[in-house]
Amino acid sequence: MADKDDTSEVRTPAGVLTSSRGQALPDPDTSRELLRQMVLIRRFEEEAGRQYQRAKAGGFLHLAIGEEATIVGTTSVMEPGDYLIGTYRTHGHAIARGTDPRNVMAELFGREDGTARGRGGSMHIFDGDRRFMGGYGIVGGNLPIAAGLALASDYKGTDDVTVCMFGDGATNTGNFGETINLAALWDLPVVFLVENNLYGMGTAIERHSAVTDLSHKAEGLGVPGERVDGQDVVAMRECVADHLEIARRERRPTLVEAFTYRYRGHSAADPEVYRDKQEVEEWQRRDPIEIFSRRLIDAGAISEDELAGIREGIDAQVVAAVEFADASPEPPLDSLYDNLYVMPGEQEGWYAVDERTPDPFRGEREREAAADSRVRELHEAGASYGGQSPRSGGGSGEGPATERDAPADRAGARDEGEPDPPAGDEQVEESRQQGPGGIE
Amino acid sequence: MSATTMRMREALNEALREEMERDESVFLMGEDIGVFEGAFKVTQGLMKRFGERRVRDTPISENTIVGAGVGAAMAGLRPVVELMTVNFSLLAFDQIINHAAAIPYMFNGQVRVPMVIRMPGGGGHQLGPTHSHSFEAMYLQIPGMLVACPSTAADGKGLLKAAIRDDNPVIFVEHETLYGMRGEVPDDPDHVLDFGRCAVRREGDDVTIVGILKMAHEAERAAEALAEEHGIEAEVIDPRTLRPLDLDTILESVRKTNRAVIVEEGWPHGGVGANLAALIQEQAFDHLDAPVQRVTGADVPMPYSKRLEQSAIPHPEHVVSAALNATVGAS
Repeated sequence: MADKDDTSEVRTPAGVLTSSRGQALPDPDTSRELLRQMVLIRRFEEEAGRQYQRAKAGGFLHLAIGEEATIVGTTSVMEPGDYLIGTYRTHGHAIARGTDPRNVMAELFGREDGTARGRGGSMHIFDGDRRFMGGYGIVGGNLPIAAGLALASDYKGTDDVTVCMFGDGATNTGNFGETINLAALWDLPVVFLVENNLYGMGTAIERHSAVTDLSHKAEGLGVPGERVDGQDVVAMRECVADHLEIARRERRPTLVEAFTYRYRGHSAADPEVYRDKQEVEEWQRRDPIEIFSRRLIDAGAISEDELAGIREGIDAQVVAAVEFADASPEPPLDSLYDNLYVMPGEQEGWYAVDERTPDPFRGEREREAAADSRVRELHEAGASYGGQSPRSGGGSGEGPATERDAPADRAGARDEGEPDPPAGDEQVEESRQQGPGGIE
Repeated sequence: MSATTMRMREALNEALREEMERDESVFLMGEDIGVFEGAFKVTQGLMKRFGERRVRDTPISENTIVGAGVGAAMAGLRPVVELMTVNFSLLAFDQIINHAAAIPYMFNGQVRVPMVIRMPGGGGHQLGPTHSHSFEAMYLQIPGMLVACPSTAADGKGLLKAAIRDDNPVIFVEHETLYGMRGEVPDDPDHVLDFGRCAVRREGDDVTIVGILKMAHEAERAAEALAEEHGIEAEVIDPRTLRPLDLDTILESVRKTNRAVIVEEGWPHGGVGANLAALIQEQAFDHLDAPVQRVTGADVPMPYSKRLEQSAIPHPEHVVSAALNATVGAS
């Protein structure tokens, strides 16, 4: 591992940021809107964390608190026809693209009104109408898809471009090398945007990437890059706007490395043993929302009262999102097979088979089968193991306790006679940290 | 309707050409499919005909080729991706399973992934343990995916056209030793076969033999031998698509013959035959007069030596033996 001095050069904004972007403030209306969106994302994420602790949201929860300027700076300069594709940390990206926070919250709750009707969850938010082409749970999995989206724009002769956002960890995947090469080879209109928050899960960048200045990492493959202060929404906007322009007019890919930081753990189940409190505090002094609000106030673009008004409005909006999500029904059990296949007309055939009952039936006949009371009883019996929400079992008496209901002292346990998880297997590692005590 | 005799590779080539002519959103991507005209010449002449925009040579980047197909499909195109062999498709498993198959479901139908992933497989060319396998069973497992495995030129053309027009992602498995096999192919430009319809290649009352890809032909040869040498009339069924599977036709046949043999080139554990045997015993148990027989490839990585390789692949003799097992003692 690098010594302390090397580490700080890699990790602290003072040591690495040389760009002079972000000097001129946008007009007051735009500025206020940028601030409003950042505050909305912050509040949404804080509330999502709280709802996760209350077991309203299940699975993994990856919060983007601290990365709001990177998100909003990017989306604020995109055209409606442009594609955005991201990672498993994209509640904010969808919201910034215009997705109603109520639907995002409902997805976290696994409900009918969620962005994917409870099929995707936190890691798989999607809003096709706003060309938010998805959050993806596989690190680096969205890069090839971004190339395909951009290829389609070129193929159809539109001037739409694709913004592909991913973390520093994804730059080590094979997909990064493959997709960067393909995009450069085919002159695809993509802006590759690395949200470099300095950690691939819990592994610091100097311990996971030989090249730590990620703006240069794609150059040898034909894609030039630029590093920008991801905590400065104005610098982000300027930078991404220039790169979008290159993609749109010159039809070629570039890379932006947004130097940013997440204030929360990798996911809500992260005990954060890999970084110093001091480092987090240093970055908190560069809080994107604080920096920008102060700047707007100093410039007279917004008053303290206006700022308070914005915060109040957003508080109410987020509270309403939780109420909406809570009131949204659970997806009906007979919708289990919905949208597994596009089923034209009277198509027959074994597309999917359901063997949960003594009489296996085809998936497309789920509703028909569920009319049979014995089948329905078995489906209900299975569903009851989930209780009202995926993380609320145990106390209800419906079905046995699960891994998630493990006592608090089990959280973070690494040695209970189970084999170590394979290196890099985030899911296995995290599943050991589940349970109320594992949540920050 | 008139028909023309052609090889499987020509039939597939026609399907690609006709569908590209019919629909501007259809385009091809793959390694060496353009200038080189395809490792197995399936895409011969297509780059000359359609140009580099629609016939795209790619770098050797399987996961990204498939992923770019997924993205293009999500944005409204109909990509047909060629992977040089089924073994190479393993490098794209992430995009195939975690993305192509999952996306329509995990985003609740907001977006479709109408793409075809073609891949040739199978043994017989002494290509050894990294170029000769049969992964139909693995692809059959994936909810969200359709799987086609044609054994004749006519089916190759009709199923490929159907796959390209389908709105679901399709794994299209071709067999390397069948590319040169000739067959009658209807001239009808709308010769489009439904997925989920078996072909009954031969009718018989004594035993049902189900075979896919090259093994569909071995099953027919075995049936001839059973008739000539043993007086046993086998019904030979080629499912043609494994997902959807036309289980009804297979069950109907088994209810008639009361015996079933399943032939595939892939490995035995968790194979196509294992799956089908489970379905048959679940749904036609009372009609079975003998255990369902499976004939599979040997449970080893494919060896190079010609003799070893051929001994690892099922032949008509194996099928005859299995059919006799199923019928011996029964009257």
